[in-house]
Amino acid sequence: MTGRNLVTTAPNTWCPGCGNFSLQFALKSVLGELEQSGVSLDDVVLVTGIGCHAKMSDYLDVNSFYSIHGRTIPAAIGIKLANPRLKVICCAGDGDCYAEGLDHLIFAAKRNADITVIVHNNRVYGLTTGQYTPTSPLGFRGRSTPGGTTELPINPLELMLASGATFVARGYTKKMEQLRSLVTQGLLHRGFSFIDVLQICATYNNMTGYYNDRIYDLEDHDVSGFEHAFRKAREWDYNNDARIALGLFYQQEMPTYEDRIFARPPDNTDRRKRIDEILKEKM
Amino acid sequence: MCQGVVPLNDISVLIGGKAGDGINSAGLTIAHLFNYLGYRVYMYFDYPSLIKGGHNFAIVRASEHKTGAHRETADFLLALNNDAITLHTGMMRPDTEIIYDSGNATKGTGTAVAVTDILARENALPIMGNSAIIGAFAKAAGIQWDVIEDVFSRHLLKETGKNLAVARKAYDVAHTKRVVPVIGREPLPVITGNEAIGLGLINGGMDAYISYPMTPTSNLLHFLAEQAPHLPLTVVHPENEIGVIIMALGFAYAGKKAAVGTSGGGFCLMTEGLSFAGQSEIPVVIVLGQRTGPSTGLPTYTGQSDLHFVLHAGQGEFPRLIVAPGDAEESYEWSSLAVQLAWKYQVPAIILGDKTLNEGTYSFDRNELEGYHIDPGIPGEEPITGDGYLRYRVTGSGVSPLAVPGTPGTVVKVTSYTHNEEGISTEDAVISMIMAEKRNKKAAGLLEEINRLEAVRTYGNRTSPVALLAWGSNKGVACEVAGMLGLRVIQPVVLSPFPLRQMKEALSGVKRLISVEDNIEGQLGILLATHGIRVDDQVLKYDGRPFPVGELREKVMEVLK
Ligand SMILES: Cc1ncc(C[n+]2csc(CCOP(=O)(O)OP(=O)(O)O)c2C)c(N)n1
Ligand code: SF4
Ligand SMILES: [Mg+2]
Repeated sequence: MTGRNLVTTAPNTWCPGCGNFSLQFALKSVLGELEQSGVSLDDVVLVTGIGCHAKMSDYLDVNSFYSIHGRTIPAAIGIKLANPRLKVICCAGDGDCYAEGLDHLIFAAKRNADITVIVHNNRVYGLTTGQYTPTSPLGFRGRSTPGGTTELPINPLELMLASGATFVARGYTKKMEQLRSLVTQGLLHRGFSFIDVLQICATYNNMTGYYNDRIYDLEDHDVSGFEHAFRKAREWDYNNDARIALGLFYQQEMPTYEDRIFARPPDNTDRRKRIDEILKEKM
Repeated sequence: MCQGVVPLNDISVLIGGKAGDGINSAGLTIAHLFNYLGYRVYMYFDYPSLIKGGHNFAIVRASEHKTGAHRETADFLLALNNDAITLHTGMMRPDTEIIYDSGNATKGTGTAVAVTDILARENALPIMGNSAIIGAFAKAAGIQWDVIEDVFSRHLLKETGKNLAVARKAYDVAHTKRVVPVIGREPLPVITGNEAIGLGLINGGMDAYISYPMTPTSNLLHFLAEQAPHLPLTVVHPENEIGVIIMALGFAYAGKKAAVGTSGGGFCLMTEGLSFAGQSEIPVVIVLGQRTGPSTGLPTYTGQSDLHFVLHAGQGEFPRLIVAPGDAEESYEWSSLAVQLAWKYQVPAIILGDKTLNEGTYSFDRNELEGYHIDPGIPGEEPITGDGYLRYRVTGSGVSPLAVPGTPGTVVKVTSYTHNEEGISTEDAVISMIMAEKRNKKAAGLLEEINRLEAVRTYGNRTSPVALLAWGSNKGVACEVAGMLGLRVIQPVVLSPFPLRQMKEALSGVKRLISVEDNIEGQLGILLATHGIRVDDQVLKYDGRPFPVGELREKVMEVLK
């Protein structure tokens, strides 16, 4: 399929000013470029969780697996194992991926599964109207924590580096060129690509001013140095008011989960014949 | 099938020792000795949830007829330690032949085997003590040496020679006490319920098996992981059961037939995925081996207390196939059918086993298979792919033609939300209603299909006004008791969609219905009641142990008094 309009007829219900529009635009243009470079969009699958971010499944006219809350990654890995030719992209939420489904995220990194996970990190539960998430800063006043949260946020980049992710990046929905470039690089990376995207939630957590004052691009940064990447990732802990680095923190070529699983090609022996053999062994 | 009369040649052997003594494989070796003499065998293995220490025992039943239950007394008792004698005095009769390790057990009468001496003389490992006991048993039972040689060389692949030498030493000094007659039939494959399920899944077209270990289905995971290199099969052990079922749905979406396995606790974690499968119409097969609950319960013991859980698990309403096979042949056949029917109707299918069935060992007789054939497609509803493909096209059958991602020019959208035909979320009232009806329609088609198969089976005296109602592994014991007492047995193999018509036919002429279940609430009875069928009496067992034949017989006689 070529040159198709990548948008469905579903009415868009994101709030005006929502950072999800930027992510949608970025994905659309990256997929368009991918198609021009010869990749068939028939072979692309989008997997989303549940939350505002997840509506991407309804809005983009590509194969999609609109999963349940927190469960993008196991589905993505199943899809990839079933048909390694497919390019599998997860659009997950921060509540979705860092709270409800954190175990899967760590395991995807540990396995170096060849999928791309984009976390729409608005640091709030959007769809359930404004509660804190694992990346909300200490004292965040959400609807479930009117007096402010009493726990520190996690730093997803640090967590992913520690878990074995081979592509770790951070983007921002107000920096389109960089965002597109990170998504493209993530898709081209063989292995587990993780992109935490600081996404503006216009309605419940508009941090535009805060981010604009602190962001800077990683330059002259050696992406192959783990220690260095780790230090950079710890510069801002999602709580302090340090400068916020954007870009690719770390990239490493490693055998993927699929490479290892399919190191031995599947044996296409006739099932019936093999069943007969097994039964004979049991005699 | 299952026979009525108590056969002439019917032998029970109990072998007991401590965990780590290899009781399970010793039991299997004994089962094979009988298999080679032409018997049909069944083995119950009883073990606590620990690795070393604790008491383990296996009861091997060998009979001229097919059997799926153990007897309350033993003809031979093989004791690797003292517990194996003292804990099983209830199973002894005056004529029970006791064969024991004289270094570990103290018993005045019977065949003493100087296991330690033999092992020392052969320079053999302690685990080979089993072989000494088996050798002495074979002599006591009058089994020819060449049978032992055959069985050991085929089934004891590690250190066969040394095991044979150890067995021979004991064989030579023991005396023949009671000759087990040779039946002279060809041996059959001897497999566990788990293995039968695994082979059935493979036969049904399973491409991937995904599971997180949990008794009593861990051995199914182990079996399939061992077999995978020789099959077009991928086996994955993910991070937890939530991941398991979602991964299976990912496989299925991308065109590979996937099955998962667990027990009640893991199934709890899978229920969100089950409901998702119902909404998204992504097929999946779930093997659920029940054990004694609630919660962690008795991890290695049996139960049938999850029937209502599986009937209703998952939020919302959606059709599901639930089958409860009762022996190895049914496990094979219905597991294969579960895969085929799940994919044909795009519904979740649950194979509801129990520890007795999953970990029980049976002779597997291919001649007992019904050889059902399922047409994979629904006529008139072939996939129309390409532009305009509708994953949830509303059809007469409720089943939408299935396409997978990667199909040229085709966009395949699945979702957990209520959706339109395209697979895009909607909150439209009319579409919501149409889609609920579409899903519901599939139950009708599934039921029609089920009704072409023997979804409710009857055995024994089919004209008796008294019937035993049994499901799952209780099929075997119910059949035997019915045979002794001249009763009828009714066994629903399919529990959802409920085969009411077949159940009513099976009940024709029944005046008194006695249910036999391994739970305290009488769950099958409750299910029947919702269909207007009353169970008159209940024989329930909820101590985690399967019914021995004699115990069920007594209980049924008490009810009939
Ligand atoms: C199992 C489960 N628990 C809770 C919910 C309710 N729920 C829907 S979206 C959501 C949070 C969404 O937050 P996030 O993942 O950050 O996505 P966002 O809306 O911010 O994009 C919750 C809790 C659910 N759908 N499923
Ligand atoms: S609530 Fe926030 S994240 Fe959700 S659509 Fe509105 S702006 Fe976007
Ligand atoms: Mg969020």
